[in-house]
Amino acid sequence: MKYSYFPGCSLKGLGRAYEESLLPVMRHLGAEMNELDDWNCCGATAYMSVDEQLACVLAARNLALAEKAGARDLITPCSACYLVLNKTKHYIEDSPAIRAAVERGLGAAGLKCEGTTSVRHPLDVLVNDIGLDVIKEKVVRPLKGLKVAPYYGCQVVRPYATFDDAWNPTTMDRLLTTLGAEVVHYPLKTKCCGASLTGTLPEIGLRLTYILLKEAVRRGADVIATICPLCQFNLDAYHHQIEQRWGPVRIPTVYFTQLMGIAFGLPAKQLALGRSFIPFRMPSAKAGEAVAPRT
Amino acid sequence: MRITRTVKYEAERVRGFGREIMAVPGCETLLSCIQCGTCSGTCPLSVYMELSPRQVMALVRADFKDEVLRSNSIWLCASCYGCTVECPREIRITDIMYALKQRAIRDGVYPKRFPIPILAKEFTAMVRSKGRVTETLLVMRLFMKANLMAVLSSWRQGIGLIRTGRFVLKHERIQRRGELETMLAAAARDKEGS
Repeated sequence: MKYSYFPGCSLKGLGRAYEESLLPVMRHLGAEMNELDDWNCCGATAYMSVDEQLACVLAARNLALAEKAGARDLITPCSACYLVLNKTKHYIEDSPAIRAAVERGLGAAGLKCEGTTSVRHPLDVLVNDIGLDVIKEKVVRPLKGLKVAPYYGCQVVRPYATFDDAWNPTTMDRLLTTLGAEVVHYPLKTKCCGASLTGTLPEIGLRLTYILLKEAVRRGADVIATICPLCQFNLDAYHHQIEQRWGPVRIPTVYFTQLMGIAFGLPAKQLALGRSFIPFRMPSAKAGEAVAPRT
Repeated sequence: MRITRTVKYEAERVRGFGREIMAVPGCETLLSCIQCGTCSGTCPLSVYMELSPRQVMALVRADFKDEVLRSNSIWLCASCYGCTVECPREIRITDIMYALKQRAIRDGVYPKRFPIPILAKEFTAMVRSKGRVTETLLVMRLFMKANLMAVLSSWRQGIGLIRTGRFVLKHERIQRRGELETMLAAAARDKEGS
């Protein structure tokens, strides 16, 4: 299987552990990931706040480049990129004004966007293209006894819930169960993490993050699994400030791809586990059990 | 007990403002709002807002431009799209919030040094010149412009990022920056001409 890959800025910066774990996992499953040549920033929520039409033109360049490269699917791991690229496709279809602006902009660079490339999240591709049965075959170190809170965040499931429910998605739950983990009931799985408010208005942003951490601890989770670089940063990097305000809620947050890599038995070095503020290690007794299966 | 006036006067309306917002792509359905309040109930940030999303919808429709654009509500919206998914009238409330942010930036009506619009502007400027965003550099620029004290209070994050090899000081950039600039300029011309 061949896929075009749109990393987005975060996966080259703060969220590089996501890329560093996603690529070996995909390779291990026999999926080829070709990084889109000369991709640009999707614009995220910020460009949309300044100018909607130009934000769509900016995002559409990536869609046009993917089409030019003949990509059927563009794998987009970051939630903001996933949303913006999908939103742009919808806007081009629905709004004559935006379509005209995009055509004018792309035309000036000899590009065009006809909407033939699907923008897809790796979670969708892993579970619905590659399949849980194939993934199960690759599991050599089941995550037995590991309690995971599955956290999806907002923008992969809303508003374009293409492969799962907008409020109660279960794709990652099923994937984690396949890896042998115990998925805890986590009703806040799609509640906002605070996004960039943690940096701009910490009094508010950090409270949203705190609520998520506290609930995961209360539910007895060992770790939070996330699918978004900004969610991972918020849940991982502000423990000190949060503890000062509301008391300790110490729990690590990792990318779901890092847990996949562990279960596949990939070397820990390849999975960028050292990139987190709050370190995650498989509880050794539990891992020991898994390595030497009882008969 | 402090008594404040809550009634609104005709003189505060800026005629045509609601229509202008409703002309923005994605915002057309605002007129069908039934003021049920589902958006406010869904919103994880409405408890911190000066005006709830439902109030924002009503005030936009009734042309109360200044009150809406000067409220913190439009900036607190973190784009979780909960309201948009839940609205029984299928109004894209998140997109209306975007239209209001754009308008507030264009008209320059937001509190001085308020970091959220500054972040949006700095982000946009970095994308236009480099084609990509380098988060650590962006955050430093934001803190310089909005709040120097924030640099000091975030030293732990800085050290943590260095320790985990994520503190990037070299700009990420695309190869064909000229192509991007040509595209955005051509698209902007189209907009002004229409």
